[in-house]
Amino acid sequence: MYLYDDLDRTLVTERAAEFRDQVARRLSGELTEDEFKPLRLMNGIYLQLHAYMLRIAIPYGSLSSDQMRTLAHVARRYDRNYGHFTTRQNIQFNWIKLAELPDAMDDLARAGLHGMQTSGNCVRNITTDQWAGVAPDEIEDPRVWAEILRQHLTLHPEFSFLPRKFKIAVTAAAHDRAAIRVHDIGLRLHRNGAGEVGFEVVVGGGLGRTPFIGKTIKPFLPKRDVLSYVEAVLRTYNQFGRRDNIYKARIKILVHDLGAEAFAKEVDAEWQPIKDGPLALDPAVVAAVAGHFRYPGYETLSDNPPELAKARASDRRFGTWFANSVTNHKAPGYAIVTLSLKPEGGPPGDATAEQMDAIADLADRYSFGEIRVGHEQNLVLPHVAQRDLPAVWRALEALGLATPNIGLVSDIIACPGLDYCSLANTRSIPVAQELTRRFRDLDLAQSLGRLHINISGCINACGHHHVGHIGLLGVEKNGEEVFQVTIGGQADENAVLGTLIGPAVPYAQVADVVEDIVEAYLELRTRPDEIFLETVKRVGVEPFRERVYATR
Amino acid sequence: MTSPLQQKLRITGPVVVTANRLGDGAVIYRTDGGQWSTRLEQAAVVTTAAAATTLLAGATADDITAVGAYVAPVRQDADGALQPGNLREAIRHAGPTIALPGVI
Repeated sequence: MYLYDDLDRTLVTERAAEFRDQVARRLSGELTEDEFKPLRLMNGIYLQLHAYMLRIAIPYGSLSSDQMRTLAHVARRYDRNYGHFTTRQNIQFNWIKLAELPDAMDDLARAGLHGMQTSGNCVRNITTDQWAGVAPDEIEDPRVWAEILRQHLTLHPEFSFLPRKFKIAVTAAAHDRAAIRVHDIGLRLHRNGAGEVGFEVVVGGGLGRTPFIGKTIKPFLPKRDVLSYVEAVLRTYNQFGRRDNIYKARIKILVHDLGAEAFAKEVDAEWQPIKDGPLALDPAVVAAVAGHFRYPGYETLSDNPPELAKARASDRRFGTWFANSVTNHKAPGYAIVTLSLKPEGGPPGDATAEQMDAIADLADRYSFGEIRVGHEQNLVLPHVAQRDLPAVWRALEALGLATPNIGLVSDIIACPGLDYCSLANTRSIPVAQELTRRFRDLDLAQSLGRLHINISGCINACGHHHVGHIGLLGVEKNGEEVFQVTIGGQADENAVLGTLIGPAVPYAQVADVVEDIVEAYLELRTRPDEIFLETVKRVGVEPFRERVYATR
Repeated sequence: MTSPLQQKLRITGPVVVTANRLGDGAVIYRTDGGQWSTRLEQAAVVTTAAAATTLLAGATADDITAVGAYVAPVRQDADGALQPGNLREAIRHAGPTIALPGVI
């Protein structure tokens, strides 16, 4: 965990006090809504269909058990007893009252939590791999760099009024679990031919109305230069990004219009004068930030202890969960456990206050008090001793958090959709719920292998539909909800946008259409371990199009 | 950004003026008496652009009670009861179409 120092605590506490004053002035009429709206947005407060929504940042997806308990408290005291974990390592509360928000903000601030830069045209919560620091395939902990960027870019006056919002993601692993290629800036730590560690800098990725996969403008950037180079990218965007048209204001449009090469030249021109200035990172500063991360004092353990081997041999359900939801850890004898927030019939990413409290207790008992939030809307206990896995599984089962569907067809990403969101055109949660019922057979789900369904209730693509293996985009047509269906998208290191298979289908037929696609895949795949994406790459979309529209 | 009052209203059927209540964001409707109600059946219903513009102007002026006032379609069901005119307004009126997970 990253430990806040006095400066961090003062910043968060002062911000909560400032917001209390702003709310009081709004409620008294001293501030108009036009004056107040940008202030509330700077603290992550939106006005949705039926209520205010509070978005709280979970920087790089790391939560302490005490912070999770605070989220449970906020859910219980100020909301309707649940929260929604989002695709950007945030949590949202859907029913919060403006008049009570200052108290909620104070409670959050005491736990080091806040809503700063979770809205508005600024640099948003910087995300990373939910397995950061424990993944065997990473070369170092990417959270250190996310934290350095967070400190520099929090309340940065020059970047508080960008042309549009700006999202940064960092990964340090061979397999990209942070979807960096669909971010405004994606940073990938890797080792060059000389054995040095630095960043590949990817810019101009994004989803929404005009999706693009990001382009690499710097294959290898020394670590000392990451702040100055990101600053140069932001300055270039701030200068040349469009402010005349909200739909063309994201950096992806600028990079596309200029071309990646020309954009990189502009960045370089901005970067050269500043690269050796105060933003060049002193190794001592990096070490100081890294020193604020506390790593568990792992025991000296061996892999596959007798308790685990016995449970795997004697309990098939445990074995299924273990194979699906448990991942290798850097430290021998430990494991990474993913908690599914995708139970059959449940809204993806939602957790009740009781679940949050129980997860915090489990984290204290079994995971050194630490929890992670992933962009796929699941949670993680990152440091579980393998001998404890049977006990953790039983506890998670009792909480409804052990559905062994991680990465499978029912592990669906979905935005809140029209059930909550004022921007949405269609509902997305009920579509996800119906699909989890259709694919409740876990043996079938296992046999299908990796298959990601992503659902967005509008073109803004919060549900990442473009990069779903199967993507569903809700649009309104003549007052009816209909869905465009894409296949073949993916968000990892081989990121690609899905291909539209044909005309939009009615809301009531979406689950049938997905079943048709899955049946076609089962017939088309040449071997059981050929995953859906591989089949789509091999045969193209046409066979799927034919199957879906043959009888429609 | 163009304010709602500067936009030319195109009214093709009965409409109401709705907004969110400042203190808690609850959905509210403008009444005939220039007040606000959480009950749709108490909403003032108008059918012309001129009447809707007047109703909206009064609603927008009340910046301390209501946020984001706008004109929304309604319809009358077979029993004459007022119903929201589209899915978005139906969800605003009745709440999410899903069971909320945190209900205890």
